[in-house]
Amino acid sequence: MFGQQLVTAASIAASVLFILSLGGLRDQESAKRAVWYGIAGMALAVFFTMFGPGIGGYWLMIPMIAVGAVIGAVVAQRVQMTEMPQLVAALHSFVGLAAVFVGINAEIERLRVAAEMARPASTLNFSAFAAKVAEKTPAEITFLQIEVVLGVFIGAVTFTGSVIAFGKLAGKVDGKPKKLPGGHMLNLGAVIACLLLAILYFTTESGAVSILSLLLIAALAFFVGYHLIMGIGGADMPVVVSMLNSYSGWAAAAIGFTLSNDLLIVTGALVGSSGAILSYIMCKAMNRSFISVILGGFGGSTGPAAEVEGEMVATSTDEVASALDEADSVIIVPGYGMAVAQAQNAVSELTKRLRDKGKEVRFAIHPVAGRLPGHMNVLLAEAKVPYDIVLEMEEINDDFPETDVAIVIGSNDIVNPAAQDDPNSPIAGMPVLEVWKAKQVFVSKRGQGTGYSGIENPLFFKDNTRMLYGDAKKSLDELLTKMS
Amino acid sequence: MPVKIGAPTEIMPGEARVAMTPASAKELQKLGHECLVQSGAGERAGFLDSAYEEAGVEVVKDADALWQQAEIVAKVRPPTEDEADRLREGQLLISFFWPAQNEALMERARDKGASVIAMDMVPRISRAQKMDALSSTANIAGYRAVIEAGSHFGRFFTGQVTAAGKVPPAKVLVVGAGVAGLAAIGTSTSLGAITYAFDVRPEVAEQIESMGAEFVYLDFEEDQQDGSSTGGYAAPSSPEFQEKQLEKFRELAPDIDIVICTALIPGRDAPKLWTKDMVEAMKPGSVIVDLAAERGGNCELTVKDEKVVSENGVTIVGYTDFPSRMSTQASTLYATNIRHLMTDLTPEKDGKVVHDMEDDVIRGSTVVHQKEITYPPPPPKVQAIAAQPKKEKPKELTPEEKRAQEVAAFKAQTRSQVTMLGIGALVILLLGLVAPPSFMQHFIVFVLACFIGFQVIWNVSHSLHTPLMAVTNAISGIIVLGAVLQIGSGNWLVVILGGISVLIATINIVGGFQVTRRMLAMFQKS
Repeated sequence: MFGQQLVTAASIAASVLFILSLGGLRDQESAKRAVWYGIAGMALAVFFTMFGPGIGGYWLMIPMIAVGAVIGAVVAQRVQMTEMPQLVAALHSFVGLAAVFVGINAEIERLRVAAEMARPASTLNFSAFAAKVAEKTPAEITFLQIEVVLGVFIGAVTFTGSVIAFGKLAGKVDGKPKKLPGGHMLNLGAVIACLLLAILYFTTESGAVSILSLLLIAALAFFVGYHLIMGIGGADMPVVVSMLNSYSGWAAAAIGFTLSNDLLIVTGALVGSSGAILSYIMCKAMNRSFISVILGGFGGSTGPAAEVEGEMVATSTDEVASALDEADSVIIVPGYGMAVAQAQNAVSELTKRLRDKGKEVRFAIHPVAGRLPGHMNVLLAEAKVPYDIVLEMEEINDDFPETDVAIVIGSNDIVNPAAQDDPNSPIAGMPVLEVWKAKQVFVSKRGQGTGYSGIENPLFFKDNTRMLYGDAKKSLDELLTKMS
Repeated sequence: MPVKIGAPTEIMPGEARVAMTPASAKELQKLGHECLVQSGAGERAGFLDSAYEEAGVEVVKDADALWQQAEIVAKVRPPTEDEADRLREGQLLISFFWPAQNEALMERARDKGASVIAMDMVPRISRAQKMDALSSTANIAGYRAVIEAGSHFGRFFTGQVTAAGKVPPAKVLVVGAGVAGLAAIGTSTSLGAITYAFDVRPEVAEQIESMGAEFVYLDFEEDQQDGSSTGGYAAPSSPEFQEKQLEKFRELAPDIDIVICTALIPGRDAPKLWTKDMVEAMKPGSVIVDLAAERGGNCELTVKDEKVVSENGVTIVGYTDFPSRMSTQASTLYATNIRHLMTDLTPEKDGKVVHDMEDDVIRGSTVVHQKEITYPPPPPKVQAIAAQPKKEKPKELTPEEKRAQEVAAFKAQTRSQVTMLGIGALVILLLGLVAPPSFMQHFIVFVLACFIGFQVIWNVSHSLHTPLMAVTNAISGIIVLGAVLQIGSGNWLVVILGGISVLIATINIVGGFQVTRRMLAMFQKS
């Protein structure tokens, strides 16, 4: 068995490795190495903690780890890249649930230790965590309780929130925002009730009351998580998923405080700040405040939106094929519709054919395209589109005027010129890809309806825009047969 | 019973165009119509009878037969009196008509009971652009005007440095930047000439510059007219403005080699913009092509349908048949315009013509229908061009003001940062008052880790955000340590909850890392 000093040394090494692992994600090549840093750090941390001082229960722990590892590996191997958002949400829910359990355990242990200590002739033989609790002063015990409440609350919100996000992303729960009567007042009420219960929990002497109030807090937090995410629509999911990512980190950090474990604190803080930054980037890309996204729905517009004039002109794959044949430069703008239609392979094939003819083909990715930050990049990478032709919005937006053909596949709000032209539009001020500046724009779209936000898109009515109606994959497959 | 559409030979002398081409006939047949053409109608535009036959068009031998058989007659020029007499009850004539000038012709068509769609009356809205024959004709005229000018101009358009010496580039001025003007600008710049363009509508400056020409600005303060109120056409300008404009032209005239005049105001004679003294100021060998010749010309010396040479050797071309001089191209475009109109007239693509007088485009272009003259049409429901929003010019800042702004921004930033730091320090101090020392030790670790997290994550590439989430997901599985620490407890409930936590946290760790590896392996460089 390892001594505490060795376990601490391993924790330090693991912290450094985790930081290197996140830092390595700055580009695609170093990222491949970075993930191994993360794996090594995790292996070190788990191994040394497992065989550290005062650890028991191996009969249960080792089988559980083995089973968990197998399940994790199988799931990760089987998952489709289009299902990535669901998987990430599901994994968040696990962290949340584990945080709730560990928090409740901490409370049970605290009560048990308190009871043992109260007995005059107790045999003080506690396991690792219980031993630590036994050494704590009353002030430290109070802080322990605060940390437990925080850990359980955040963990519980993360759990149900992630489950609902998973359901919405997987299409198992209706993606439309839904609220119970009372709306956010209900959430507010639940949070206030949690606060009152927490005070009861801090002050009560009775073990039964304290454990009950903690469980009630967990139950209320479960409700808040459920209700909060139910009220947020499908296209805001990038923000929601990054927010839950952040919460799962903060929950781990709170538990780290409870257990006086620095490695948990460091890792939790890293994950928490990572998720917070992602949420910030996503909100910025939609020009909306974090609060307005979380509270759901689009903010009140300041006046009637400008009327859109003109006509959507439909086109055929023949026309697109001949336009592509004449074009020298092409920019493709993929959106969630491409993921839904599983059209990424057809897109990749199209790209390959065009590039073989010596045409310049590039991709323009809006930060909130898809349902997960970076969703489109992963889908394109899966379809073997080289990542150096997949560009961010800022990198490519100035190139549209020199582009012959822009192809919009399943995106809507992120290419809406109303964001720039119409100050009354609900998305006014949101940075958008300026596809309409290209000489010709083709839009592959299922039907004539509006996008998620329900906003009319003037792009579709522009003179240089042609609409290619139908399922994106079918349209592209048909287009490929038309191309020489 | 499918409708028969027929195109007769144009009677007007010098007119080489035809209203139906083999290609457009094929498309018309897709709409369920049958097509007829008079023998030899397309010959001067380069379309032989055999080509029509191949496209499934019935070739009829003379005009009599065609006018009798066809229910819809598609023509280019307005009908002559003879042709108007051939019209019969229920027949539909589609052609240029100029209803304002041809009232007698309209009345005749009404008396015969035929309907007439005037291609020159198609309203200028975006939906109708595909049938806007005036634009496609003007486009050709603009192109041809430059070519015509080139054939009378004794020098290169483009500047060259050759072994035999340096050649300066030609300087071209295009007056009026409508469709024809823009086409002329495009042709002239692509031939390499230095091109200037002028228009009374300041909103077209952007279009002019996008075509590669330089917009000739007038230094003139006036309430700028809004092009949208006149359907995108120019309106007459004030005498002061005209004075200023002529002054500018006078200044330019000695430098300019080629002038292309395209300025027209709907329903009026062409404005005289290029006066005699300007012609006299030009260099010998210069060329003026006046596309407004039909309405009297923009240049004072223009003679309609003729080429004249002024006393000082400036050639002035006043032809009015530019589209006909490019009959193949003009016929192709015109036939396509007609085809698009027919598409709107047969909404079900079943060969049945629905003359829908509720439709803006069809209503606007129909001048005679059901024994009534329907000209002039009511204004279209859709505005031609969105009204130009009045733009406030952003005020140019002086360097001092800019500097002051920067300083203010810097101060504001400093203030907000100091405030944040102050509040943060205060919170931590308050926490230090109550918290036990062991907590504060962990708190230091926590705060520093947050800072490192922020620094590191900002550098993560946007395209790797999904792998980032998967990795953070995996490492947030570190919560397994909490469960590991508790699982050895004496309490059975703790053991069970700990066991479940270990299980799901491990799924998280292994699944998260595995899926990240899969994703990263997919990213390939080209």
